[in-house]
Amino acid sequence: MLGWLAGRLVSLAATLVAASLVVFLVIEVVPGDPAAYMLGLNASEETLAALRAELGLDRTAPARYLAWAGGLLHGDFGISYTYRTPIADMVADRVTVSLPLALLALSGAVLLAFPAALFAASRRGRGADTGIVGLSQLGIAVPNFWFAMLLVLLFSITLRWLPSGGFPGWEAGIGPALRSLLLPSIALALPQAAILTRVMRSALIDALGEDYIRTARAKGLSARAVLWRHALRNALIPVLTLIGLQFSFLLAGAIIIENVFYLPGLGRLVFQAISSRDLVVVESVVMLLVAAVVLVTFLVDVAYAWVDPRLRERR
Amino acid sequence: MIAPFQAGTRRAAVLVLAASASFGMAADAVAAKTDLVLGMQLEPPNLDPTAGAAAAIDEVVYANVFEGLTRFGPDGAVLPGLASEWSATEDGRRYTFTLRDGVRFHDGAAFSAEDVVFTLDRARAEGSTNAQKALFENIERVEAVDATTVRILLGEPSGDLPFNLAWGDAVMLDEASAATAATAPVGTGPFRFERWVQGDRVELSRFEDYWGEPVALERVTFKFIGDPTAAFSAMMAGDLDAFPNFPAPENLAQFEADPRFTVSVGSTEGETILAMNNARAPLDDVRVRRAIALAIDRQDIIDGAMFGYGTPIGSHFAPHNPAYVDLVGQSAHDPEAARALLKEAGVNDLTLSLKLPPPTYARRGGEIIAAQLREVGIDTEIENVEWAQWLEQVFKGGDFDLTIVSHTEPMDVNVYARPDYYFRYDNPAFRALMAAFATETDAGRRDAILAEAQRTIADDQVNAFLFQLARTGVQAVGLQGLWPNAPTQANDLTGASWNE
Repeated sequence: MLGWLAGRLVSLAATLVAASLVVFLVIEVVPGDPAAYMLGLNASEETLAALRAELGLDRTAPARYLAWAGGLLHGDFGISYTYRTPIADMVADRVTVSLPLALLALSGAVLLAFPAALFAASRRGRGADTGIVGLSQLGIAVPNFWFAMLLVLLFSITLRWLPSGGFPGWEAGIGPALRSLLLPSIALALPQAAILTRVMRSALIDALGEDYIRTARAKGLSARAVLWRHALRNALIPVLTLIGLQFSFLLAGAIIIENVFYLPGLGRLVFQAISSRDLVVVESVVMLLVAAVVLVTFLVDVAYAWVDPRLRERR
Repeated sequence: MIAPFQAGTRRAAVLVLAASASFGMAADAVAAKTDLVLGMQLEPPNLDPTAGAAAAIDEVVYANVFEGLTRFGPDGAVLPGLASEWSATEDGRRYTFTLRDGVRFHDGAAFSAEDVVFTLDRARAEGSTNAQKALFENIERVEAVDATTVRILLGEPSGDLPFNLAWGDAVMLDEASAATAATAPVGTGPFRFERWVQGDRVELSRFEDYWGEPVALERVTFKFIGDPTAAFSAMMAGDLDAFPNFPAPENLAQFEADPRFTVSVGSTEGETILAMNNARAPLDDVRVRRAIALAIDRQDIIDGAMFGYGTPIGSHFAPHNPAYVDLVGQSAHDPEAARALLKEAGVNDLTLSLKLPPPTYARRGGEIIAAQLREVGIDTEIENVEWAQWLEQVFKGGDFDLTIVSHTEPMDVNVYARPDYYFRYDNPAFRALMAAFATETDAGRRDAILAEAQRTIADDQVNAFLFQLARTGVQAVGLQGLWPNAPTQANDLTGASWNE
């Protein structure tokens, strides 16, 4: 197990180094001068040069890469070009929105999907199953931003129960903060719940067709016990993979929902930074997200090994 | 309760209605509000107007947090700011500004002539990153005569100095706090900076030691909502009191029909033009440029892209300016004449690139213009670009045939005197005209020169002049004192208040 862990860790580090190079190169290729963007139409060449020197943009690309990557190694993300504040602080602020949002959405999705999938799998082919499959189809088909707009129309504009967007900050109290995250997390959770339900249902049905299920039934276990004790555990592998992917997606990919609800999350930070050519922010945040995805994947791998001893022994 | 329906009390009022019962809280609804939540589409990148060109910076801090020696009034006139009066010597080279007494920065420091010297020297210093450094180029020396008197010596005689000093890029800073103005601005204005939750909002509060008339509002929050649909929802849900520059003109009719809101339509300094690359064949031929201008139906663009909001212009000049000359008729829609001009110029099978930056006027307007040009036999290759790309390729690189952009700086006809400016107009006569304007101090003669300038660029048809961008705002009924017009990009809240 230890050797296996060490191997995983080395490949994790290699992935991060490769990713940092790719991220830096891709952003270098994109046209657009951050200084020109900041100073607008009337700036003189001399002023632009002064700003470029101030931002360190007059150095060569390799020098900038080394300075940036070197900073990352000891946790220094650099200073944003446009905001002029340390990127670490900005990211820390945004994470307090994005992380709870992703967690809320994911828990919502799991809480919806697990019972629905178990229920559907246990009544395979019957009316309830067909209904759940149909609903999940609908959940996947409906774009989440449109669903978000419907939620705003109903709960904010018509009923006035919840704010239409924005984030008061955690210092305003847990209640107001959660209230403003409620609609966005529902909008995010529903499509994820639909996908999760489908995957889990078919994984359960596959598992229920295995020999060991027949054996379990033959030794007299009830249908319910078989489902919970044997089928569920074996169906968890694809489900865990999917949950890992969904979490990474929700952390970074909530950008559209963040726009609809004007939440100051990570996705919107990257979006703003790209359009203002705040390259160092884009690089650092993308790198952070890559690290998060790699880490989540690693944790999912560990979870596999825990759920399924065969995977651990094979390596 | 016949008090006007106010945003903050709306929620309470709705509750009352919903429960069809009378709660005691209805009485609170009558007291005038002293807080304001304002929506803006773009978030300022930082809060220092002397170190960035973004309009959003001024839209938060101009006149609210920071003040200059002079300032723009709601109609664009130059008014006294921190200087109560000023005078110029006969030759127009030496200005004396008298500063107000008892002005304090928000951190308690006294404002004096030394701060003026510091601010102006900083803006024109060699390594300065002031986006409008050209405004200060003519200044040779700034002297503190005594604590409340400043003398400014110019290299060339100029009547522009009070105007130039009214820009957001010329606001007064204290040496002790200038370095952190980007994130913690300290000015002399009626509101002090409270905090900035990046990505969400900026909060200001009333500065109790303000030198001038105390303002009515106690707390102001600027909320940043980029998505037009979200902006609409936020207004409708009562989360915002006003959106002075509302991004979706298509929703305005809905606000107009709603008794809770008023819609204002004002003017801006934004001349929206179809810019042409004057250095590239065949656009270096005035007949081809004229043909393009004649092929365009301005009203179609205003109706189709801006839902009817906008004023046609015939030159690069704002219609609300007293020196404006109406030259719209000179390039009125005439596709026949356009085709004839193209024939005369020997141009056929013309395909031009049309690069469109993100704003609606450009993206939607571009599609309409492409269709209109096709009518006279000109094909366009539309390319949508982001702002950073636009700056790099079009503005800096000059790599374009046509582009659509709104020039939002006030009184910027002098950009036509810069031969290296992106549309590459090179006319020595026009440059001489602008040089004469810069040194002219007589108001009547200045207007005459401006009229001549408008005619020159219209005759040369440097660009196709489309329309003056309108400023369409939405606000809750009961809120008063917001500027309907935008003579500079600002949300001056000095005079804003709620009705009782």
